[in-house]
Amino acid sequence: MVNEFIDGIVEAFALLFSLDPEIWGIILLSLRVSGTAIFVATLVSLPIGSFIALRKFSGKKFFTNLINTFMGFPPVVMGLLIFLLLSKSGPLGSLGLLYSPTAMIVAQLFLAIPIIIGTSKAAIESINPDLKETILNLGANERQLWWELIKESKKSIIAGVLVAFGQAISEVGAVMIVGGNIRWNTRTFTTSIVLQTRMGEFGMAMALGLILIIITFSLNYILTHLQMRDK
Amino acid sequence: MNKKNKILSIVFIATISTLIGISTSFDILHSKNRIILATTTSTYDSGLLDYILPTFEEKSGILVDILSVGTGHALETGRRGDADVLLVHSRTREDEFVSNGYGIHRACIMYNDFIIIGPSNDPANIQGENISVTMVNLKSAGELGLIKFYSRGDGSGTNSKELSLWDLINHSPNSAIDGWYYETGAGMGTTLIVADQNSGYTLIDRGTWLSTRNAVNLILLVEGEEVLLNPYGAILVNPEINLSVKYDLALEFVAFLTSEEGQGLIGSYKLNNETLFYPSFGHGNETYGCSTTDAEIEFWREYNGNYIG
Repeated sequence: MVNEFIDGIVEAFALLFSLDPEIWGIILLSLRVSGTAIFVATLVSLPIGSFIALRKFSGKKFFTNLINTFMGFPPVVMGLLIFLLLSKSGPLGSLGLLYSPTAMIVAQLFLAIPIIIGTSKAAIESINPDLKETILNLGANERQLWWELIKESKKSIIAGVLVAFGQAISEVGAVMIVGGNIRWNTRTFTTSIVLQTRMGEFGMAMALGLILIIITFSLNYILTHLQMRDK
Repeated sequence: MNKKNKILSIVFIATISTLIGISTSFDILHSKNRIILATTTSTYDSGLLDYILPTFEEKSGILVDILSVGTGHALETGRRGDADVLLVHSRTREDEFVSNGYGIHRACIMYNDFIIIGPSNDPANIQGENISVTMVNLKSAGELGLIKFYSRGDGSGTNSKELSLWDLINHSPNSAIDGWYYETGAGMGTTLIVADQNSGYTLIDRGTWLSTRNAVNLILLVEGEEVLLNPYGAILVNPEINLSVKYDLALEFVAFLTSEEGQGLIGSYKLNNETLFYPSFGHGNETYGCSTTDAEIEFWREYNGNYIG
């Protein structure tokens, strides 16, 4: 038991520095898939989140509830839905995207969108209303007002995006179903850990887990550092 | 935000978006020379496919993407047209798959056998027994609360085999009622680990056993009966079911598996000095629980360099 932990730690560092092309392929693929999903999700979600936060419209309450519900959408169900959509027998089967990195991006994208909408909406709503008045009094038009408010709540928005990224890169159910854990092609950290555990290679599984934790920690550290510097 | 920053961020977003667009279209296009092989966890997790595929990929220029799942799941991906070729081990369901028109040109590729493993103190007293005594002892020890038995419970080939072994003693275990019978609903490796952690018994294919036994404390108790043979068959997914199925490439792959070279490679794969799979394409292999029909042998010899086993 203790041995497996130590083996894992030793193996993790050996792997990281061995420049093993397979490990680096897995690292780069995981970052590419989750990075792309979060990037696109942010572009889509930020305008929607600020729209819900700043505008009054009928059905706002219902829409907010809907977003909150979808923030906790079970990843494995999302995987199943995207699988049925992209399967050769499904409506988008002709694209041939099942078991490709793009399929995994799509699944993570739809998981991330509600999270980023929800957190950015909450972030913008939590801004002191006096600030809104002040900006308007300074002669800003609506577009400028929105931009200023987004900038003002930047920290909380970035925190939300980070939560979404952390969830995406550590998620396993959806990427396993739509990606298929194919070597050199759709094998990510999490699916690889499942495979190694199943094969009884606990040291290797621990090592991959450790690398995943190191990567998410470093990313968070860099981003927090940037936020601190800005203030 | 000043103008320079604005332009910079627009350029940044545009660049990233273009890169994403390119990588997505790459995913759509690059599948051209690839086939998807849906297979069982036992052929992949044991390392066999990683051993034989490089030779094929180099020779043919075809890349084989492996989907390592249970036989039930593999057959379903075939039905949906999501895989191009299958390598599975459940003869009854393979034949059903072919007779329902989902698959064509089934060929026996290789076999090994199943074994029953359990804790070394063997409370069910099955070590070295024949299979019907084994099943009876497992059942009565279970009912006395002496042992736990772990079933895959996932519709895999191993799961079907296990259920057919209970059939031999006219018992159909039910995990809702039989407190000693557990269904893990997971792959072979996971089930082995669960059984090991709980000092239980389970049925396992020899390939997975040889490649993972160092990670567990369970020991081999029952082996070597005809009913425990574990034959693997390859089936091409019928291109009439789904037009996007890459029949020609898949055919090249199975032709390789049935060729002298492919069969030789399968037999030469060793792990810790032990053979995991035995080649079985051709005539006269019925005794291995695995037979290819004469018509299919005739079909394949045209593509595999006239090799008939």
